[in-house]
Order: sequence, then C-alpha cells, then structure tokens
Amino acid sequence: MSRDWPLWEVFIRSKHGLSHKHVGSIHATDAEMAINNARDVYTRRNEGASIWVVRAADIVSSAPGDKEILFDPSEDKIYRHPTFYEVPDEVENL
Amino acid sequence: MYSQLVDTGAKGKPSREGMSPEEAAFQDRIDQDITVEPRDWMPEQYRKTLIRQISQHAHSEIVGMLPEGNWISRAPSLRRKLILLAKVQDEAGHGLYLYSAAETLGVDRQELLDALHSGKAKYSSIFNYPTLTWADIGAIGWLVDGAAIMNQIPLCRCSYGPYARAMVRICKEESFHQRQGYEIMLELCRGTEEQKRMAQDALNRWWWPSLMMFGPPDGESVHTQQSMAWKIKRHTNDELRQRFIDQTVPQAHYLGLTLPDPELRYDEESGHWQIGEIDWSEFWRVIQGDGPCNRERLGARVRAYEEGAWVREAARVHAEKQAARRAA
Repeated sequence: MSRDWPLWEVFIRSKHGLSHKHVGSIHATDAEMAINNARDVYTRRNEGASIWVVRAADIVSSAPGDKEILFDPSEDKIYRHPTFYEVPDEVENL
Repeated sequence: MYSQLVDTGAKGKPSREGMSPEEAAFQDRIDQDITVEPRDWMPEQYRKTLIRQISQHAHSEIVGMLPEGNWISRAPSLRRKLILLAKVQDEAGHGLYLYSAAETLGVDRQELLDALHSGKAKYSSIFNYPTLTWADIGAIGWLVDGAAIMNQIPLCRCSYGPYARAMVRICKEESFHQRQGYEIMLELCRGTEEQKRMAQDALNRWWWPSLMMFGPPDGESVHTQQSMAWKIKRHTNDELRQRFIDQTVPQAHYLGLTLPDPELRYDEESGHWQIGEIDWSEFWRVIQGDGPCNRERLGARVRAYEEGAWVREAARVHAEKQAARRAA
C-alpha cells in the first residue's frame, strides 16, 4: 500500500473550442485539492481555460499487448479514406 | 547535468549478442525512434536507469530552489523579487512534472523522496555551492539555467514518452530563467565599479562548477554508450559542454567580463573555444557529498519536509472526514 496521497491524472483545456488534453499527474487527498494543485503545477502561464482531474486508479486503458487485435483491422480498410476514390481532374468541389 | 552520473547497470558499448528476443525487439523499436510508453515492455535496466535519471533530475529541481530562495527576501527591487519568486516556483513545478514522469515507471513518490532525504539519491553538484551576493542570482540564471537548457533540449527527444513530454514543458518555461539571469548581469556590468566587481566575482565562482554540470569527461563516463543506445541520452557530456562554452564565452565578453581561465583561447581551425583543464577532483568531491553546501542543502530539505508533516497529516484526516460525511 502506497504511503502517497492518491494519484490524479490532469487534463487541461487550453482554449475554448479545444478538447481537454492530458498534461501529467499530481497527488492530492481529495478532488478539491487535486484541482488546486493541478492549477498551480500545470497552468502558471495562461495554459488553461478548464481543468479535469481523474483519479488514476479509476482510469481503464487498453493493454499494449492488445494493440494488434484492436487497431490492425482498420489498416486494410483504405476505402474509408477519401484518397481511395478516383475523381476526374475536371470535376470540382468534390 | 541535472543528472550527472546515472548508473545504467552496464559498462561500455552494448552489443546485440546476448540480447533476449524481447530485448532485441525493444532495441529495434528504439532504433526506429518509436517512443516507449509506461505500459510497454522494457528491459529492467532501462526502467531502472530512467528512474535514476528522472529522479536525480527531479531532486535537482527541488534542491535547486534553495540557493535562489536564499535571495527572495533580499532581492534589490520588487520587480526582481517577483521574477525570482516566479522562477523558484517554476523549479518546484519542474520537480513535480519529473516526479510524476518517474512514477509512471512504477516507483512511489515517497520512495523517491526517502532516497533524497537519506542521501542515497544524487542531485546536481551545482546546487552545493553558496549564493554569496545578489550577482550570484544573475550568474545562476545565465550559466546554470543556460547549461540546463543545453542538456534538456535533446531530452525532449528522449525515447521514454513521459520524460520527453515533461522536458518539452520544462524547456518552454526555462528560457525566461536564463534571460532574467543575463539581464541581472548586464545591469550590474553597466553599473558602478563595485557592481561590476560583484558580477566578475560571481562569474569567477560559477564558471567552473557550471562546466562540471555536464558530468565527467567522455573517457570516464562509463554509462554514456548504453544511455545513447537506448536514446535516453542523445549527445555525450563533452559535446554538450563544448556547445555551452562556445555559446557562453561571447556572452561573457559582451558583458565586459573575463572568464576565470588563463588558458581559454579561440581555435580558428575548429571554430571552438578551448578551455584549460577542469579540476575533476573538485567535481568528485562535491558529488560524493563534500562540497561547500552539501550538508546545509540536504539539512534544509529534510527540515522542510519534517516541518510539513502536520500539514500532510491534517489534509489526509480532513479528506477522510469529508468522505465519511458524504457516505453517511
């Protein structure tokens, strides 16, 4: 059992219109302290318009070993990309 | 530099022979510049080396607050005080980014702090020198942060993702540190004779220790080759040291100051500034705990930690009470 305060992952939205992005983690005893610490550690230069903190223990992630099972099937579906299709040069706005 | 002696568990050049299939696949990914992420398989020595390096780096940021903190209450103007406060706060932030990068390798924050406080973990030798006058704050920003940047920019491309990403943040923030230091020096050098003497004295004391920040010479740096094969390190100690010298000597001349090295000369042929011999016995002495301020720095660090114990305890109890109240 760790003697540390719980670990929280920090996500910052840098501007309105953008999504939150992971920036790092901090330790805090509760959610309020997590927000305060995240603000002090990760937004000293106007980087933030909004902060999310999530307990690291609550995050579920895919396993590195599952990379092929999860992501390889999309590799051969090139027809999902616009460059797959032939369009004559004379045709515009397509 | 902020991590000057990182044991990789290997001496000399690593070879492909004797690598397990997993290790060979790992090295292939490194060779292809594929970033390693926390949950990827990695050789145990790679993990250990990174924990050592990142935590030494973090400890250096934290201990590095002490020499400068010494001058916050005595800064010569409100402007300088605000700047110095912001810089010291940045160093605390940098320490925290780095501790959290180290923790992604499966080590607890508390273990890292315990290693620092017990004297088991190292931090940069540079922070074991005293800050005697205000000019030292200028010299630290200019030289120490300058050397730090020189070392940290290549680390932004380090093979381990969380470390590289922390370094990107740090490098963005660090450039003001160097500039504010040079500005302090410039102001002193444009001031009275006495102020200029102060600036010269600070340069005399900080020049050689700053050059030692890059670590032992390549011939004696037994772990460089392994670190470079893993792309934790991208340049050798001597390469980075030379870049720093070439960049800094003209800056000193602009200030009208003299570098404390009678053998310093410009080599037309190579286009580099050549320095005299570095006193490596001093480096080893300071690294091994016998510098001018080793005991004072560690003592201050441990005291601050112990005096904060009641705050940590109170925060923990408060959180437990709040959680119990919500549950009720």
